Amino acid sequence: MHIEKKIKIKPQSTDYQVDIPDLEKIIIDCNGISGGLIPLLQRIQDRFTFIPPQAFKLIDKELNIPESESLGVATFYTQFKLNPTGKYTIKICKGTACHVQNANKIFDVISEYLQIKPGETTEDQLFTLELVSCLGCCSLAPAIMIGEETYGKLDDRSVISIIKEIQDRESK
Amino acid sequence: MNHLRVKVGLGSCGIAAGAQKIYDHLELIHKNNPEQWSLEKTNCIGICYSEPLVHIEFNNELYIYGNITPVGSEQVIESFLQHNTPPSAFLVYSTQLAASENNFINNQVKWALKNCGIINPEKIEEYEQMGGYQAVLKIKSWSSDRIIDEIEKSGLKGRGGGGFLTATKWRLAAKQNKKSKYVICNADEGDPGAFMDRSILEGDPHGVLEGMMIAGKAIGATKGIIYCRAEYPLAIKRVQIAIDQAREKNYLGKNIFGINGFDFDIYIKEGAGAFVCGEETALIASIEGKRGMPSKRPPFPAIKGVWDLPTVINNVETLVNIPTIINKGAENYAQLGTEKAKGTKVFAITGKVKKSGLVEVPMGTPISTVIYDICGGTADGKKIKAVQLGGPSGGCVPAHLLDTIIDYDAIIETGAIMGSGGMVVMDESTCMVDVAKFFLAFTQSESCGKCTFCRIGTLRMLEILEKITNGEGELEDLEILEDLALEIQSNSLCGLGQSAPNPVLSALKYFRDEFEAHIIDKRCPALQCSALIKYEIIADHCVGCSQCYKVCPSNAIESDANKIHHIIEENCIRCGACYDKCKFDAIVRS
Repeated sequence: MHIEKKIKIKPQSTDYQVDIPDLEKIIIDCNGISGGLIPLLQRIQDRFTFIPPQAFKLIDKELNIPESESLGVATFYTQFKLNPTGKYTIKICKGTACHVQNANKIFDVISEYLQIKPGETTEDQLFTLELVSCLGCCSLAPAIMIGEETYGKLDDRSVISIIKEIQDRESK
Repeated sequence: MNHLRVKVGLGSCGIAAGAQKIYDHLELIHKNNPEQWSLEKTNCIGICYSEPLVHIEFNNELYIYGNITPVGSEQVIESFLQHNTPPSAFLVYSTQLAASENNFINNQVKWALKNCGIINPEKIEEYEQMGGYQAVLKIKSWSSDRIIDEIEKSGLKGRGGGGFLTATKWRLAAKQNKKSKYVICNADEGDPGAFMDRSILEGDPHGVLEGMMIAGKAIGATKGIIYCRAEYPLAIKRVQIAIDQAREKNYLGKNIFGINGFDFDIYIKEGAGAFVCGEETALIASIEGKRGMPSKRPPFPAIKGVWDLPTVINNVETLVNIPTIINKGAENYAQLGTEKAKGTKVFAITGKVKKSGLVEVPMGTPISTVIYDICGGTADGKKIKAVQLGGPSGGCVPAHLLDTIIDYDAIIETGAIMGSGGMVVMDESTCMVDVAKFFLAFTQSESCGKCTFCRIGTLRMLEILEKITNGEGELEDLEILEDLALEIQSNSLCGLGQSAPNPVLSALKYFRDEFEAHIIDKRCPALQCSALIKYEIIADHCVGCSQCYKVCPSNAIESDANKIHHIIEENCIRCGACYDKCKFDAIVRS
């Protein structure tokens, strides 16, 4: 794994259809919460799987938080995505324990199999690949998380069969 | 009349290992004869390497079965019910019988983890049965000074890595004459290779809440915040359940526990993923909804913290110790440990170790005792090369220094730090240059960018390490590395930058020969750095099965007239796929 550039400053998906009234409602509901910018962005992302570019202008308009500030926060934290993500996010743990137990290999086979790099989404919008620093399941290294489910003690074969299982389930 | 209690260890790690499937399976069978036995949930007891675990309490004895399947656990229960005897298959721990992991558990001293894997974390009643919420009642009429004196007597220091005396922090905040103050539980456990806090939050959430209440009473705070990283969804869920239960019983809210004038409430703030937010001032910025960038201290958070109000920030493990210290007495806690480091410490032992899991031992225990006596040494009997302590801020303790005791100062002398409790075991097959590069890549990408030396200096160091592992290093690179390291240490504002070079410096201190082997001989002694290794096929061992040929992604394998394979050197990308595939040991790495 080489050094990954984890932040994409420029939102790429202006053509993505966003339910603007819904977005507005989420933003207005968060008015008045102290320190509410991060929870607000988290809520928006929960709803849309990413922070749509329109959100920053609306936050400025409704909450009087300048675009520079909200975009600054959104790009600072690894949780926030500026592009739509797939139905499942595959988080590959690159913590110390996983690293010494050959997490690079797990990354290589997944990336090769799905033909995506970290931060990218498969064409069928099913999987997004992400590298995370530690899932806290070190005794099961190497580990990955798909959605909210954690899988451990993986090798290059078992990890592909897990992904295939999801693909099969989804194609039905 | 239930005399057979069955508990399934449903921590994040257990669930990942299949514990939920066991629970679901047992739930179905349990419906058939619910009178004979009871089915409950608990959390991880720390024997993570044997997960999933099923605990069975029978005639006042405890039996833990590990590495078990749903059907296997059904058979174990049947054996208890029908023959009244504990089966020995799958048994990993028992209070009555000899079992493989008895040493692992019995050699530990549990204060912080005393409830983990024992109680059901989602039931407040079980916490109360273990003496929970008694400590708050005990200090009900105590003055602020008396509570802080008691904590001071225990000698408890911050378990998040700083090692700052908890009582000193509290006293400073208590002195501030402000109506509103905050207690923050720092659960932003970001060190890769550490999961102590996750386990405590998942296994004993009420213990953390009670610790925060006592801190609140001591400093006069009315609000508590648990800042937890979003990667721990189960911990967040369990803590929220605990908060709701406590509110219902009026253990949180106004005049809590019926104590007049003691108002205290707690809410969770989910982190958004930034390692630097483990640093106090960055954490505060993050809670306020800003970019989590550290600021200058003083003023210390105890004077001017969240929303400029006095704020005490304690780590999860520190807080969970507080109720036990109050209940069992500070003297008893202080009896454990060394002169300067009192009590116990929880470690998450991972890496190339036989028994990877959570271990709590008294301060002053030699590292070797933890690694060999409790965790059984390496998994495959290879020699241990070093143990990494303190994550990306720490360093390596080499094999010949493993008798070093667990004590803040003794560990610092080796060049590592106590840190928050991650212990990663590395054996001969681990390349120390690669590990140094790994940690630096981590801090480099997590640097918030405020200080130039941290932002750019770590990148330059990383580039040099990349160069070395690619076989393009020069000897003078080592000097540049050391030079940059010192500059970054002295010119960074926060702990992240100041400690970022530590893993590299400590690797250079003990394993300089490995760096030199990469640079001078263009060789990676641990055979890990792909640019420096070569694959060859031993013709005598090759049976011509073509498996390596099929798996090779770069057409680097050909076969001769006798169907014996060869590697075409210039096509080989050194991915190792053929090496992993070959069943005849015909492919060697050098």
